[in-house]
Amino acid sequence: MSKLELHNVVKRFGDNTVCDGINLNVDQGQMVCLIGASGAGKSTLLRCINLLEPIEDGEIFLDGEDISLPGLNPQSVRSKIGMVFQSFNLFPHMTAFENAILAPKRIKNLSKIQLTSEVEMLFERFDLAERMHNYPDQLSGGQQQRVAIVRALAMKPEVMLFDEITSALDPQLVGEVLDVLLQLKDQGMTMVLATHEMQFARQAADKICFLKDGKVVEEGSPKQIFIHPKRVETKAFLSRALK
Amino acid sequence: MKNHKAAGLTRREQYEQKQRRRSILVAALSTIFVVVAIVIFVPMTPGWEKVQKSFFNGVVLSKTFPKLLNAFTVNVMIFAWSAPAIAVLGLMIALARDAKSPALFPLRIFGAAFTDIFRGVPVILTVYLIGFGIPGLGLPRPWNSPFIWGSLALILTYSAYVAEIFRAGIDSVHPSQRSAALSLGLSERQVMRDVILPQAIRNVVPSQMNMLIALQKDVSLLSFIGPVEIFRQAGVYKSLFANFTPYVGAAIIFLIVTIPATRYADYLMARQMRERR
Repeated sequence: MSKLELHNVVKRFGDNTVCDGINLNVDQGQMVCLIGASGAGKSTLLRCINLLEPIEDGEIFLDGEDISLPGLNPQSVRSKIGMVFQSFNLFPHMTAFENAILAPKRIKNLSKIQLTSEVEMLFERFDLAERMHNYPDQLSGGQQQRVAIVRALAMKPEVMLFDEITSALDPQLVGEVLDVLLQLKDQGMTMVLATHEMQFARQAADKICFLKDGKVVEEGSPKQIFIHPKRVETKAFLSRALK
Repeated sequence: MKNHKAAGLTRREQYEQKQRRRSILVAALSTIFVVVAIVIFVPMTPGWEKVQKSFFNGVVLSKTFPKLLNAFTVNVMIFAWSAPAIAVLGLMIALARDAKSPALFPLRIFGAAFTDIFRGVPVILTVYLIGFGIPGLGLPRPWNSPFIWGSLALILTYSAYVAEIFRAGIDSVHPSQRSAALSLGLSERQVMRDVILPQAIRNVVPSQMNMLIALQKDVSLLSFIGPVEIFRQAGVYKSLFANFTPYVGAAIIFLIVTIPATRYADYLMARQMRERR
């Protein structure tokens, strides 16, 4: 059984079909990269998995349990699936540390003292210990994005979703954020990334899915997709993206 | 490269300093000209002597000013208990209007009706209707006090405006903040309390400051239903001395309070604009 399974997921905004029957399997500990042009449906698909967008049709299974059932309380699902966004979305009125402990404090009803040592360790692990008590606007983009990852990890999620998390960063800050993803992969985190970082996807991903117009056109190992793509659309996209 | 420094200033700085001195001189001259013109020409108008006697009478002013100041404490008192009540009620109305649960639908209707009614009726009418109407029910002391019902009229009117400002503040928080908070597993209520509201309230502090200043002035409307606050007291002295100077005195007292407050609100507003950029 896969950790995360998507069957025929359809998402429409009005007449615009953004996800058009997407199937996807993510195994425990796998890193899956979604690639494709802007507007292909990558980000929307991630938002659907996290139940931020209700889906029109299809099912989403987490550990074999249908989490896309209409009427299901999304909170318990979301605390198992962490998400990191392109624009960081840290809460500007809280320090990095307060950002990270807010959700566990509220949802798991743990006190600040119970959480402190655990969350401090996360900050240390990602080299942010000195920045822990700074406000987001006192941090660089790369630091903010790493804090956003720490904030998601503080809930101890089983799956992490990353929505183009390096797209808003200066080129020299991209590396420090991608390093964090590699660390997580080493620790066996199950991850789904929407990304434009082709080199990173090629080196780190276990599986690549190429999306176009809301459909999975081709999927396979990085080798299959980058070196021996079968479909014309994939070849055309990669020749543009790898230029 | 050649250095054009003289007295430690670059060419550019020397030029700018010259420009600055020039504009200060021009501004000073034009101000002096206008002030002199007013001082010379206004007293030349035919009615000036009468106006001076009845509006700017130094003797009347010095006699009444301390008493006016005393009456102003009544304004401050009414303001002091109304303002917190307005903040709380305004926030509650704002939240009621955004309530999503179907069970709370009546609250939404109530919130909408409340803001429509109290923003749509002139303050003075609300003060009259509530201030005269409710004591008319024949309530026992102290529940027939115009202080209570006059304050209530102000609280209801201002809560409607303040609620709309809070709502604008809530809308001003970017939807991605909500997404991020929800993605962590927080409930709608927790998202509102911990993430949206703190940012929304901070965003509208300058606008709410302006509401406070307006409230401070509108407290005087209660004079029409009884309480002897500064405006009413000035009216009493006007009749006593047959002179309008007490009104000018009252205006001066208001300005002493409102000018610094307005300046402070402007400062907050300007700072916020800078931060957004």
